[in-house]
Amino acid sequence: MISLAGVTKSFGDNHVLQGIDLEIARGSSMVIIGGSGSGKSVLLKCILGLVWPDAGTIMLDGQNVTTQDRDAFLARFGMLFQGGALFDSLPVWQNVAFRLLRGSLKRPAEEARAIALEKLRRVGLMPEVADRFPAELSGGMQKRVGLARAIAAEPEIIFFDEPTTGLDPIMAGVINDLIREIVTEMGATAMTITHDMTSVRAIADNVAMLHAGRIRWTGPVDQLDTSGDPYVTQFITGSPHGPIAAVR
Amino acid sequence: MTPATPLGATGRATLGMLAAVGRVALFAARAVSHILRPPFYPREIALALLNIGWLSLPVVGLTAVFTGAALALQIYSGGARFNAEAVVPQIVAIGMVRELGPVLVGLMIAARVTSSIAAEIATMKVTEQIDALVTLSTNPMKYLVVPRVLAALAVVPALVAVGDVIGIFGGWAVATGSLNFNPAAYLKNTVDFLEPLDVISSLVKGCAFGGIAATMGCYFGMNSGRGAQGVGRATKSSVEAAAILILAANFLLTGAFFSL
Ligand SMILES: Nc1ncnc2c1ncn2[C@@H]1O[C@H](COP(=O)(O)OP(=O)(O)OP(=O)(O)O)[C@@H](O)[C@H]1O
Ligand SMILES: [Mg+2]
Repeated sequence: MISLAGVTKSFGDNHVLQGIDLEIARGSSMVIIGGSGSGKSVLLKCILGLVWPDAGTIMLDGQNVTTQDRDAFLARFGMLFQGGALFDSLPVWQNVAFRLLRGSLKRPAEEARAIALEKLRRVGLMPEVADRFPAELSGGMQKRVGLARAIAAEPEIIFFDEPTTGLDPIMAGVINDLIREIVTEMGATAMTITHDMTSVRAIADNVAMLHAGRIRWTGPVDQLDTSGDPYVTQFITGSPHGPIAAVR
Repeated sequence: MTPATPLGATGRATLGMLAAVGRVALFAARAVSHILRPPFYPREIALALLNIGWLSLPVVGLTAVFTGAALALQIYSGGARFNAEAVVPQIVAIGMVRELGPVLVGLMIAARVTSSIAAEIATMKVTEQIDALVTLSTNPMKYLVVPRVLAALAVVPALVAVGDVIGIFGGWAVATGSLNFNPAAYLKNTVDFLEPLDVISSLVKGCAFGGIAATMGCYFGMNSGRGAQGVGRATKSSVEAAAILILAANFLLTGAFFSL
């Protein structure tokens, strides 16, 4: 279980997170929604320790993440970055198998490659892509390679930062199903950021809305439409009129 | 512009540089502490050796040959003013091995290697590849910095040695081709005149300059700001810092070797 209490983060006088309280149950799928620039990506990076929060505590299974052994902690996680963050010096399959080619999970190259090809297939990519370099792929393909890399070592906890942005509707459907499958079949805990309401309904057990540096609303996905919160309602209907300003 | 403005700017730049030197020293100490602790990445080291060493050979060779040749011409015409034209082989040898070989190779490495390391790592930083490395349980210090610094420490002295030899050859070619020196006697004079300490100082300088060049590239890359502008600034600063530190280190090392 991941729990955050009073997490704050500022960049200069840009107070991005102003006290985040949130719990994500083990084996559940949490979707974070919120306006562009509201700090969703920063929130994920705080949990991973890529960005240091200014205050507050982040616990994983009842233990403060800052006091845990960092290698053991990171070994439980997989992360898809918003921009893909593929290593452009390595071919696609070595990106996907990165963890399987070095360190504690190291295995023979053929085996790692076979796993990489299987993960690529699951994100809807042909084996031909495996030997190309990231720069030779389209944006949506890069995103899916990043996704394959995040799930390659079958981590317990997976963060997806906008997994379906830039994908066609069919591919987006494939990815939504994949994420759902990873949670229900493999028992992983997932935290997904998305702006795509179809994805929200397909992926989420629970939804949290981030607004003005705080969790504005959180609850099960089937209560999303009846939340009664004007911010949530405006957000899911995509209306320019409401409490959330259209210029930010 | 008032006369104080450039002074103030210089002062601020100097203070800024001193603070930076502290941060760089800490960074270098961290890099060294990672050199000895596993995991090691042999493939990354091999790639760095190829990039920094082998692929720098053409640049180093061309720089050295023209410098040696020009040096021979200068010493000949300068020496002629007091009938000392005959010292060309000795002065070319000393000039190349003790000073110009290491410094010019160092500066070319700063131009070629420091800039490319800084730009590559900075781009990785702004595209979140460094963050991705961390989430994949790989320490960027070990995976990116250590291989490059190690490779530079090992291979730049070799480049300097190559530069020294080619530079001397450049002087020899000009001296025998157009200044009427005897080819065999020129070489004999060169070899007889050089002392082991000359060569050792040359290699030690190469090692130091290699370390400086790679460390600066890595430091400014890892601390790059955001966006394309951040990458540009990191690259520029890394080359400036590497070049200045190489020249300063050259002065200190020359003092340490030859004036005590
Ligand atoms: N490293 C950083 N340095 C300075 N400011 C940052 C940094 N990272 C994020 N920010 C700022 O934090 C705020 C939140 O950024 P974040 O990337 O978390 O937004 P987001 O909610 O993920 O938006 P989007 O949906 O557009 O991806 C932005 O104002 C951004 O400018
Ligand atoms: Mg984001």
